[in-house]
Amino acid sequence: MVSEALRLENLNKAFGAVTVADQLSYGLKTGEALGIIGPNGAGKTTMFDLITGTQRADSGRVLFDGRDVTRTGAAERCRAGMARSFQVPQPFAGLTVFENAMVAATQAANMRGTAAERHCLQILEQTQLLNKANVQAGGLTLLERKRLELTRALCARPKLLLLDEIAGGLTEAECVSLIDTIKNIHQSGVSIIWIEHVVHALLAVVDRLVVINFGAKIAEGNPTDTMQLPEVQEIYLGIAVDA
Amino acid sequence: MNWINAIVQGILLGGLYALFAAGLSLIFGVMRLVNIAHGDLIVLAAYLGLSTTIMLGVHPLLAMLVVIPLMALGGYVLQRGVLNHTLGDDLLPPLLVTFGLSVIIQNALLEGYTADPQKMSAGALETASLPLGDLSIGVLPLLTFAIAVLVIGGLHWMFYHTALGRAFRAVSDNQDIAQLMGLNRRHIFGLAMALSLAITAVAGILLGVRTNFDPSIGGARLIFGFEAVIIGGLGNLWGTLVGGVILGVAQTIGAQINPGWQLLAGHITFLFILAVRPRGLFPRMTG
Repeated sequence: MVSEALRLENLNKAFGAVTVADQLSYGLKTGEALGIIGPNGAGKTTMFDLITGTQRADSGRVLFDGRDVTRTGAAERCRAGMARSFQVPQPFAGLTVFENAMVAATQAANMRGTAAERHCLQILEQTQLLNKANVQAGGLTLLERKRLELTRALCARPKLLLLDEIAGGLTEAECVSLIDTIKNIHQSGVSIIWIEHVVHALLAVVDRLVVINFGAKIAEGNPTDTMQLPEVQEIYLGIAVDA
Repeated sequence: MNWINAIVQGILLGGLYALFAAGLSLIFGVMRLVNIAHGDLIVLAAYLGLSTTIMLGVHPLLAMLVVIPLMALGGYVLQRGVLNHTLGDDLLPPLLVTFGLSVIIQNALLEGYTADPQKMSAGALETASLPLGDLSIGVLPLLTFAIAVLVIGGLHWMFYHTALGRAFRAVSDNQDIAQLMGLNRRHIFGLAMALSLAITAVAGILLGVRTNFDPSIGGARLIFGFEAVIIGGLGNLWGTLVGGVILGVAQTIGAQINPGWQLLAGHITFLFILAVRPRGLFPRMTG
């Protein structure tokens, strides 16, 4: 049996009358790349909050690497190998780009000294931020901040990488280079869950697709087939109109 | 000549005030906690120093080796056991809890040591002085100032060149994201309070060697610390040293004019700077 990087079991979460996770269940095989699509407000980002431990589910379980982490704090889940990039970039504004990366490398990946520095420099080169290494993160452009999100997540040396809409707002060329970067990460054995509205970028990378609406999973399977389902077409066109 | 002497003594006194302020500034910077009990913790450290010198028969400066770890450990336990539970979006709970702590410490000291003024004896060090032209500089105030520079320089280095310093700044920047980077903020806050009270231990013992102390003087030390931090500009450690020096010089010049004006001159200078530069002289640039 192939081991599972992550399994969600019947997750429920509601804010008052608004249901953001409704009996949400799916699994992610180790080394697999999973794409998540769904309209705005479908509960995709909340799902990441539940996975990383920023928010607690009302009921249900989260298993990471076969271990029940439902009651585990966010910091500990991170050290166990989860890393996340935010849709709205949230760098440590008062720290330099390099220091932002070093926080992840030393705290999350528990690296030390020159090994940590080399690791960070290598990732910064990969994400094309090396020339900004000594700039305060508060002074970066939106695009650079998005790259910093990815950098910081990678510096944590994750087993499971959670990407939240990192392709939004990129030019075509930037998007192509981002796809290459993520493919490389995927090939190095990291399990990935990627929430994205830019569907062609998603389809270029992921092995499987999960469609979410109103906090519930409405479709799951092979990316191309799943995109053809009528209920997905309806939602996907809805997204297109929104955009 | 008296004026120059007053200024020099004021600068050296400023070192002590900077030590009062450094711990206060550190925890405000890392966790936005205003520690009303800070002054009383300084006095507590002085009493712990006194007990150590009496029990072990050692010099007050050697007593630091006992008091610093004690205060640091106490700080970590206090933070994890009490203060972490008060932190949140509301600034009021930590303010009230540390105010309560201040009352508890004062009364416990009163119970344990009575209200009689105490002083630690540093022997020959107290009266030793170095001639400098027509002035004579006390070795003890000079040592205090040197320690203050070392402590603040060490803190500054720690903040900008170590993993722990980076962790402090990251948590200060954005607590929630720091959690997602594997930083346990409860532990980091505990370490910050431990470090703050370790500095407090140094300040308390230097205070107790320099002057008489009794359980009620904590409040005034807290005010001096606050004034030094605010004059220097929040979040700037070297600014805090400058703030301490300005306060110290203002006080000694005030005392030179009229002995009764020492404290008043310090407070007026503080108010003046607050009126002209509300963010202090060297506020940290924000991104």
